[in-house]
Amino acid sequence: MTEILLFAIPALLIILGALIVVFAKNPVHNAMGLVLTLTSLAIVYITLNATFVAMVQMLVYAGAVMTLFLFVIMMIGVDKPEQSRKEIKGQTFLISGTLILLVSIIVYIGLENGLNWDLIFPESENAIEGTPSLLASSMFTSWVFPFEVISILLIVATTSALALAYEFKKNESND
Amino acid sequence: MNRMIEVTSDWYLTLSAILFSIGFLGMMFRKNALIMFMCIELMLNAVNLTFITASKHLGLIDGQIAVFFVLVVAAAEVVVGLAIIVSIFKKQESASVDMLSSAKG
Repeated sequence: MTEILLFAIPALLIILGALIVVFAKNPVHNAMGLVLTLTSLAIVYITLNATFVAMVQMLVYAGAVMTLFLFVIMMIGVDKPEQSRKEIKGQTFLISGTLILLVSIIVYIGLENGLNWDLIFPESENAIEGTPSLLASSMFTSWVFPFEVISILLIVATTSALALAYEFKKNESND
Repeated sequence: MNRMIEVTSDWYLTLSAILFSIGFLGMMFRKNALIMFMCIELMLNAVNLTFITASKHLGLIDGQIAVFFVLVVAAAEVVVGLAIIVSIFKKQESASVDMLSSAKG
């Protein structure tokens, strides 16, 4: 019973937060909905034995990324509704169709035999705990090349953000 | 109440699919570039949940490492994307993607 509650309560909060992100009108409310989703996801990660990832999720997503989002929202103004209401032709129809398709696939698979996705691989007996030492021993041995590539990506992102924010004063003609 | 209901990997995968669908819906419906970025975050988090579920299901740590890489890519994407939004906003006082026809080829 505890197990089910530990899944169900964060799951409901995740979906509630996601719906707030999509449907709220005020951008600050959207950001708060995203915080709710990310925090509840961290709880789900803990129930899945990924404790270190849960901590990083709180620090990086709920902390750093959300601060960045709120900073930009405050910078460009909160009380600006979406000005343009012009719709692409057949937009509502296409979106509804895609959504109905996605939901019906989920419901079909869910009802097929009692929420059993019939996974090809059987559940492993080997229970792992996502501790920092276990993660590090894998990341710095077999995953060390992706790790280096990702560090290059971070440098490129930082530099490009700098280049975008910097105002080039001399050549005003190339607007 | 003959059988105990157990929380299996399927439940987590279903949750992940629902979360991805909601993110996709928002991505299609909203026109504010900021909100669209938040919906991308939702979809990335749905994928992360799938990775961690797979990591537990298969008893391998590699799924959790993949989550780290997704996390870093998401952070880099947010940094660059928000910088672009701010610089667009400086020019045209709006974050709506409908106005962005100047990038047309």
